[in-house]
Amino acid sequence: MNSFWNRFSRNKSAVLGLFILGLVVFMASIAGLIYPDDPFLYSRFPLSGPGVNGFLLGSDSIGRDVASGIAHGAKTSLLIGLIATLAAVFIGVIFGAFAGYYGGLVDDVLMRITEVFQTIPSFVFAILLVAIMKPSIESVVIAITVVSWPAVARLVRGEFLALKNREFVQACHTLGMGDVRIMMAEILPNCLSPIIVIGSLMVATAILIESGLAFLGLGDPNVMSWGFQISDGRSMLRVAWWICTFPGIAILITVLAINLVGEGLNDALNPRLRERN
Amino acid sequence: MNRSSKILRYVAKRLIQGIPIILAIVVMNFFLLNLAEGDAVDVLAGEAGSATPEYMEEMRKKFGLDKPLPVQLAVYLKNVVQLDLGRSHRHDMPVTELIVDRLWPTLLLMTSTIMLAVGFGILLGLFAAINLNTWKDAMISVFALITYATPLFWVGLMMIILFSIKNDWFPTSGMENSAAFYEGFDRVKDIAHHLVLPTITLSLFYLALYTRMMRASMLEQYGQDYVITARAKGLTERRITFVHVLRNALLPVVTMAGVQVGALIGGSVIVESVFAWPGLGMLAFESLFARDLNLLLGIFLLSSVLVVAVNLVVDIIYCFLDPRIEVN
Amino acid sequence: MTNTLLTISNLDISLPEGSERSLAVENLCVDLAPGETLCIVGESGSGKSLTARALMGLLPAPHVRVSKGSINFCGEDLIQASERRLREIRGSEISMIFQEPMTALNPVMTIGTQIDEIFRYHVAMPAKERRQRAIQLLEDVQLPDPEKIVSAYPHELSGGQRQRAMIAMALSLEPKIIIADEPTTALDVTTQAQILKLISDMQALHKTGVLFITHDFGVVADIADRVAVMQNGRVVETGSVDEVLNRPEHDYTKKLISSVPSLIPRPPRTRSADVVLAVQNVQKTFGDGKSFFGFGKPNRVVHAVKNVSLELCRGETLGVVGESGSGKSTLARCIIRLLENDSGKIMLDGINLCDLNRKEMRPWRAKIQMIFQDPYASLNPRVKVGQIIAQGPMIQGANKKEAEARTRELLEIVGLDERAFNRYPHEFSGGQRQRIGIARALALDPEILVADEPVSALDVSIQAQILKLLDEIRERMNLSMVFITHDLRVAAQVCDRLAVMRYGEIVETGVTGQIFNAPQHSYTRDLLAAVPGQKWDR
Repeated sequence: MNSFWNRFSRNKSAVLGLFILGLVVFMASIAGLIYPDDPFLYSRFPLSGPGVNGFLLGSDSIGRDVASGIAHGAKTSLLIGLIATLAAVFIGVIFGAFAGYYGGLVDDVLMRITEVFQTIPSFVFAILLVAIMKPSIESVVIAITVVSWPAVARLVRGEFLALKNREFVQACHTLGMGDVRIMMAEILPNCLSPIIVIGSLMVATAILIESGLAFLGLGDPNVMSWGFQISDGRSMLRVAWWICTFPGIAILITVLAINLVGEGLNDALNPRLRERN
Repeated sequence: MNRSSKILRYVAKRLIQGIPIILAIVVMNFFLLNLAEGDAVDVLAGEAGSATPEYMEEMRKKFGLDKPLPVQLAVYLKNVVQLDLGRSHRHDMPVTELIVDRLWPTLLLMTSTIMLAVGFGILLGLFAAINLNTWKDAMISVFALITYATPLFWVGLMMIILFSIKNDWFPTSGMENSAAFYEGFDRVKDIAHHLVLPTITLSLFYLALYTRMMRASMLEQYGQDYVITARAKGLTERRITFVHVLRNALLPVVTMAGVQVGALIGGSVIVESVFAWPGLGMLAFESLFARDLNLLLGIFLLSSVLVVAVNLVVDIIYCFLDPRIEVN
Repeated sequence: MTNTLLTISNLDISLPEGSERSLAVENLCVDLAPGETLCIVGESGSGKSLTARALMGLLPAPHVRVSKGSINFCGEDLIQASERRLREIRGSEISMIFQEPMTALNPVMTIGTQIDEIFRYHVAMPAKERRQRAIQLLEDVQLPDPEKIVSAYPHELSGGQRQRAMIAMALSLEPKIIIADEPTTALDVTTQAQILKLISDMQALHKTGVLFITHDFGVVADIADRVAVMQNGRVVETGSVDEVLNRPEHDYTKKLISSVPSLIPRPPRTRSADVVLAVQNVQKTFGDGKSFFGFGKPNRVVHAVKNVSLELCRGETLGVVGESGSGKSTLARCIIRLLENDSGKIMLDGINLCDLNRKEMRPWRAKIQMIFQDPYASLNPRVKVGQIIAQGPMIQGANKKEAEARTRELLEIVGLDERAFNRYPHEFSGGQRQRIGIARALALDPEILVADEPVSALDVSIQAQILKLLDEIRERMNLSMVFITHDLRVAAQVCDRLAVMRYGEIVETGVTGQIFNAPQHSYTRDLLAAVPGQKWDR
C-alpha cells in the first residue's frame, strides 16, 4: 500500500487531480452548510452578473444563485457518477468473468449480447431510456449503467481469457479447487488493477453523460445539477454568459481531476507501462 | 487463395455477423416500445391526443395488438423489414420519410467531424510522440487532457459566445441561410460557413481522444523489437518512424475510429441541438420535447444500423492495413 | 594486432539510478578477428545482450549508456562515432541477428521490403536489381521458393524460416561482423542445428567475424573459436574453446560447465514391474473443422495427441521428449485431467480417470500432481506462498493447522526458509519459485508427479539444483514421475525410460540408455544428431 502511494505520488498531475477532486467532494458535502437554502429558490434579482447583488457567480433568469446551484449540483454529479459506475462494474465483471472463464457457448452468448449493447450508440440509447422511463435520478443512473457496462465486460473477459490459461490457475484445477473460488479468489484479484482504472475513468464519463442528459432536459426536474443549469441558461446566452459558463467550468474541472487520478492509478498499478516513458 | 478474394470472404462474413446484431436491436426496440406507458399504439399514434379513436383502433388492428406478444413482435419485424416505422404524430408524417429527410445533414456533419478529428488526431499524436517529453508534447497533452474533459454542449455554447456573439464570424444556428436563396456554389459556401462551428465543437472531444491514442500507440510501437532491427539495419529515424512505426501504430487507432462512431452519433444529438443543425440529432431533440417516442425509436434504430455499417467499412480498411487479419 | 576487426577495451555500461547494480557491464575487454567466432556466454543478467547492443550503438538511451572504454572497429572508435556514421556502419559493416525472429521483423511489411530497405539506405541500386538481390539472398539461406517468400509477411513463415530471413537480411551487404544474440534459443533443436550450420557456412564463405551471444554450452562447443564467459557484467574468463570448455580455470566457469547435463545417460536403475499409471490410446484434437456459416476457411483440426499409450511403473521417471508442437504438453495436461481427451483411457489404481466427473475426480487429484514450466506464471502473485502450498490439503479436507504444519515441513524439504510462508511470490527468484511450485505439488502426498518442462525456464546452474532436488524427492517419497522435456541432455540425466513424440504420436519408447545408444526410429536419430555439443561431451 505504501509503495502504491509512492508510485502514485510520483505522478505530480495525478496528485493535483486528487487534490482538486478532494475539493469538489468537500464542496459537495458542505453545500448544505454554505447554501442552506434550496438552490431552486428564486430571488428578486434575476440576471445579476458575478459579484452583483451578493451573487458570487451571478444569478439566472429568475434570480436563482448560480454558485449555490454549482455547490448543490456537485453532489448530484458525483453521486450519479459513482453509483452508475459501481453498478456497471458489477454487471460488467459478472458478464466478463463468466464469458472469459467458461469460453465456448457461454462466451458466445454473453459476448453477442455485449456486442449488441456496444454497437448501439450509447448516448442515444441513454436518451431513449430516460425518455421512456421519465426523467428522474433513478432513470438517469439506470440509463448510464446500461450504456457503460459493456466496456467493463469486454475488459474483464479479456483478462479472464488471458489468466485462465496461466499455470497458477491450472495448478488450482489440479488441486481440485472449484470454479467459483478460482474465479473470485484466484483470477479476479489479478485483474483488479485494470478494473479500478477503467472504473475511475467511467466515473468521469458518467458525469459527462449525466450533464448531457440534463442539458437535453432529461435531468431530474427536482434535483439541481450542472447540466440543468447550463440548459436553463442557454436561452440567456446573449445577455448572461455566466449562467452557462461557471457550471461548465465546474464539470470541466471535476472530469479533468478524475481523469488525472485515473491516469495516475494506471501508472501506479501497471508499473510495466510506466517504464516505457 | 489470393488476398482479394480472402478479403471478400471476410467482408461477407462480417456482413452476416452484422445481421443478428441489427435483428437484436430491432427486437429491443420493440420491447422498449412496449415498456413505454400505455400500449404501443398510444406511443405510435402519439400521446398528445391528436389521433382520433377510430384511427387508434385501426392502428391497433394493423399492429395486431389484440394478439399475443410474439405475434406482435412478428408483425413489428415485418413492418421494419418493409421500412415501415409508423408515423410521427408531431410531424404527421411517416417516420421513415422524416428520418431520410434529415439523414444527410447528419452524415455531412459526421463526415467532416471524422475527417477533422481522425486526421488532426493522428497528426498531433504523431507530432507529440516524435517530440516526446518536450514542451510541444506537453502542450499537446495538456490540450488533449482538457478537451477530453469538456462537455460538448458547453464547448458549443462557448463557441457561440466567442465566435457568433462577441465576434460575428460564424452563424449561431441552422445549416443555411434560407432567406438568401443561394444557389450553386454560393449555397455550398453558405453551408460550409454554417458547418464550421458544429464540426469544430463535435470534433474537439474525438480529436483529443485520437491524439492520446495515437501518441500512446506510437510509444508502444517504439518499444517493439522490430524497431531495434530497423535501427540495426542502419535506417534513419525518419524512415523508422514514418514507415515502420507509423503503420503499426495506426492499427489500433483505426479500430478505435470505428468503435467511436456510436459515440459520435450521440455527440451529434447535443451539437445539433446547440446549433439547431437540422439533422437526425436535432430531430431527436425535437421528438424528446414533443414526447414523440416512436420517432425517437426510429432514429435510434437507424443510428444503430449506421454504426454497424461504419464498423464494416472500418473492418475493410483494417484488412488492407494489417496483413495478419486472417490469423485472427 | 593488425588482423583484428574489433577490439573492445575497458567497456563500462552504466544502468540508471536505482537499478540493482550501477554497471551492467564492467571493464569488458574482448577482440574479434576476421572469420572468427567469439562466443560470449553467460546466464541471464550477465550483461551479454547489452554488450551486443552497445557495439551497434543501440543501447536503450538515455538511461543505459556506455560510460567508459572504447570499441575499436577497423581503426575507428565506435563510441566517438557520430550517429550518422553509425547508421552507415549498421547493416552494412556490422549487422545483427536477434533471438525472436517473429517480433524482430515488422509484422506489416513483406520480407522483401524489409531486405530491400538495407540496399536502399546503403547503396544506390535500381529497384529491379534490389529485388533480384533479395531473392538471391533468400536462396542463399536455403529458403524454399524465394520468389514467393520475398512477398510474404513474417507471420506466413515458420520460426526457422523467419530466422533464415533474418540471416539473409543480416548478410545482404556482406558485413565484416555479424552479432548474433541468442539466435537459436527460440528454435527447436533440429532447426537450431540447421541455423547454426547456415551461420558457419556463411561465415566461412564471407570471412565474417561472428560475435555469438548464448547461454548454451553445447552451442558454444559446436561453433566457437574463442569463448568469453560473463558473470554479473564482468568477463571472468576468456580463451580458446578448448581451453575454456575442457580446462576451465575460473570457479564460475567450472561451476557452469559442471552444471551442463551430460549426454551420456546415467546408469539404469532396477525397474519395478508394478504399473501405477497406464495411458491407453489417448486422442486429443483441437478445433472442429467447421467454418462460419460456410464462409471463410474451416478452422483447422489439430490432432495434438494421436493414439498414445504409455505405462508408468512405480518409482521410475518416464521422459516424454519432443520438439514444440509434438503434443507432449497436451498429453501431460490430458493425464492430469486439465484437458478432456477425446477418447482413450487413463488408468490409475484400476480406475479410468476419464470416466470421472469433476466432483468424483477431486479425491483422485491428490494422487497425481503437476509441476509447471514457468516459475513466474505458475504462482498466483496475489496469494502468499504459505497459502499457495496449504491450499491443496485444505481443499482435500485437511484442517488449517495440519495444512500449515505440513507446509512448513515442505518448505524445508524443498530447501526454503520457513519465513517464506508469509511472503508473496514476487519476492523470490526463478529457482526459488520453482521450489515453491514443487512444494505445492508435494503437499497432497501424490503418488505421481507430472513435470512439464520444469527446468527449461531456468539458468543452467539453477537447473542443476532443481533436477537434483527432484531426484532426491523422488527417492525419498517413492514417487513415479512423468517428465516432459525438449532437452535431451536433461532427459539423459533424469529419465529411466523415454518416449519420443512427434506430431502427436509416440515414435519410439525404450530405456534411456538404449535410445541414446541405438535409436531405432529415424526421427529419434535426427533429434539426437541435432543436440549441440556432442563432440565435446565427456
